[in-house]
Amino acid sequence: MTDPAFTDALRVCASGSVDASVGPRPSDLTVRLSRTGDLPAAAAALIGPHSMALATVVATDETATPDGDLKVRYVFEPTAPGAPDRFVTLLVSVDAAYPEVPSLTTVVPAANWHEREMQDLFGIVPVGHPDPRPLVVHDGWPRGVFPLRKSFDGSHRVPVEPADEFPHLVAEGEGVFEIPVGPIHAGIIEPGHFRFTSVGETVLHLDARLFYTHRGLEKRMEGLSPLDAFYIAERICGVCSAAHGLGYCEALEQIAGVDAPPRARLIRSIALELERLYNHVGDVGNICAGAAFHYGTATGARLKERLQQMNERLTGNRFLRGLVVPGGVHLDLPADLLGALAVTIQDTLSGLDGLMGRIEANPSVVDRLDDTGILQHQAAVDLAVAGLAARASGVDRDARRDHPHGAFAGPHPPDLHVVTIPDGGDAMSRVTVRALEARESIRLIGEFVRRLDPGPLRVALQEPLPGGRIGISAIESPRGEAVHWLRLDAGGRVERYHLRSPSYHNWPAVVLAAETAIVPDFPLVNKSFELCYSCTDR
Amino acid sequence: MLRILINALRTGVVTTRYPAEPSVPPDRFRGAPVFRPGSHLPPPSVCPAGAISEHFDAAGRHVALDLARCIFCGQCAEDPWTDAVSMGRDFELAAHRRDDLRIEVVADQPAIPAAAPDRNAQALRASSEIHRVLGRSLHLRHLDAGSCNACDWELAALLNPVYDVRRLGIDFVASPRHADGVVVTGPVTRNLETAVRRTVEAIPDPRVVIAVGACAASGGIVGEGYASAGGVDRVLPVDVYIPGCPPRPEAILFGILVAVGRLNARSARRQE
Repeated sequence: MTDPAFTDALRVCASGSVDASVGPRPSDLTVRLSRTGDLPAAAAALIGPHSMALATVVATDETATPDGDLKVRYVFEPTAPGAPDRFVTLLVSVDAAYPEVPSLTTVVPAANWHEREMQDLFGIVPVGHPDPRPLVVHDGWPRGVFPLRKSFDGSHRVPVEPADEFPHLVAEGEGVFEIPVGPIHAGIIEPGHFRFTSVGETVLHLDARLFYTHRGLEKRMEGLSPLDAFYIAERICGVCSAAHGLGYCEALEQIAGVDAPPRARLIRSIALELERLYNHVGDVGNICAGAAFHYGTATGARLKERLQQMNERLTGNRFLRGLVVPGGVHLDLPADLLGALAVTIQDTLSGLDGLMGRIEANPSVVDRLDDTGILQHQAAVDLAVAGLAARASGVDRDARRDHPHGAFAGPHPPDLHVVTIPDGGDAMSRVTVRALEARESIRLIGEFVRRLDPGPLRVALQEPLPGGRIGISAIESPRGEAVHWLRLDAGGRVERYHLRSPSYHNWPAVVLAAETAIVPDFPLVNKSFELCYSCTDR
Repeated sequence: MLRILINALRTGVVTTRYPAEPSVPPDRFRGAPVFRPGSHLPPPSVCPAGAISEHFDAAGRHVALDLARCIFCGQCAEDPWTDAVSMGRDFELAAHRRDDLRIEVVADQPAIPAAAPDRNAQALRASSEIHRVLGRSLHLRHLDAGSCNACDWELAALLNPVYDVRRLGIDFVASPRHADGVVVTGPVTRNLETAVRRTVEAIPDPRVVIAVGACAASGGIVGEGYASAGGVDRVLPVDVYIPGCPPRPEAILFGILVAVGRLNARSARRQE
């Protein structure tokens, strides 16, 4: 589906040649720009008149292939509700001897971290980037060593070299305080460093430094059998295990040219909704902790525990690991377990309704949440913010509808009520969206169970799987759209895998929201987004 | 306020009796793999986590399973190995030494622990020192050293009304200065190594170090790499290893009670 109007629009703004071809999927478009200098204008044409958003950026090292270059793919997607399911990739070739591309960050703010990551891991310099500090590799990383280049052996530790203190971006002035927080926090939570500058209680500026949990998982997966690498993809993030496992599987199934059977697709979607449900319910409870409403915290934790025990009964794992596998699902859901599931989700529904009633009837909680941590609609659009954080700021996007997967990819997809709050953007809006989406998940699980017909659970994937093809998928995880990009080498092993998690795009939004709040409200603001560090850092 | 009290009373007590009463995981739960003697065991390539190894000598084929590395995915118990391996239900797997978590089968004979138990090991002494100085109560600091967050959530679950570890004198504290030890999750990433060392050094002696989950216990699926040390014991001495991906909350609780000397590790029980 090469759309002539589309490619003409790109040709107008390009000084070099523009070659459009179909792919990676039949509905997608890949546009090869012969001059890297054309990138900013082409990206502006996509996000402006065509109201597309940046989905992901994938760099690859192809110096060992006949092309002998590095490549960068900037993947965009439509944002209008009801737009067709497609990805548009702008592809440029980068000379490995002079690895430079023009930075898109001033045109596409969402490209900020992608470009810094590619500079750290591939040594591809985004020329003109407004904030080119290291992102993924921290203090003491040796200069000129790029771990995702193919020539780098990633299997050993790299010595730490003496380093200066990281240059945090801080505000200065009379009466301005700097408050360093983390990376080790006071609770049982993931590590990140937050450098506040404040006047009194008011946050002037927040510089968040993440990637403490960077484990080098994308490098780790390279060279593995794609069926073994699945177990790593499933473990990139604990609380997104089902979503990331599914995203990897759908990308791999595209490469293999197979579809999971209908019953497997329904069971996969049940797993996705169960994951969303236990996350959302637990997160509503955790938000109560930020507002010192301990009844709410304990109730949320109890409801989440009940759901995780149900996960263990259904799949043998409290995080739903081991259910979704390449080609389908590993376990069936027999009638007795479905009966227990129906009771559990009904109890969850009444428990959640009760909890939300107590929150909404409690002025001391509502007062903390209302107008706290505001994310403006335009900022959410500019940063390509994903998931419920976007929907609470009035952005009508949901990958279940925009890039159908699981049961939504079937011939008669169930209706999906996408909850958006047009005038929202504060912490209360994010709590409200969470509660409404949890109810929708409960309804969807019931709908999927009703649609379950007997049938096969899995199609076999025969190794070696074809090399050279690209698989791309977008999954609506509990925190929003996660984009998976996978390519195998000629021997059928993983050549490159990249995950752009929703948290990756949403962290910069937390910083903006925190700057509308006071320091003591930061835990509340942070919890209202409830982002993952591990699937951001990988 | 009244509604909250009524709701709380209506909910009643939801707290488990574990460890006073045993906990039985559900049917589908995948605990420690059980090797069936006399059958041909699967090759190492079956395991995506690299937990199975083999070598040959005069006695025949040795097949070893490293529970610290196991992610409990069940691949080794799949067709055609269903007769040779089954996924057991045992989740109380914590041990004082890595070697106690190695199960070895020689020439398809019954499974034996790879290492003879050593009750005088350094780790055990640390545990008894903890027990002597601190008694039965233990205050722990959590340290995320690059986990996927699953182990962290299970630690947090220990504080929920169902597990409520405070009933056992165990609590998680905010400052290392207030702690008797750490529970570490994750393989120790390069970007956290300094923070991990400094946090542990801030804990007064005697202190106990508990590695929770496959990544902390052995590097797990992450292993050693440019960004990962490949396990807590590459950076710090570890007193107790808790296998699992992630270990369920009761498995972590079991490991904590082993660390404080209130329960015996699996390897010690097996000898009795």
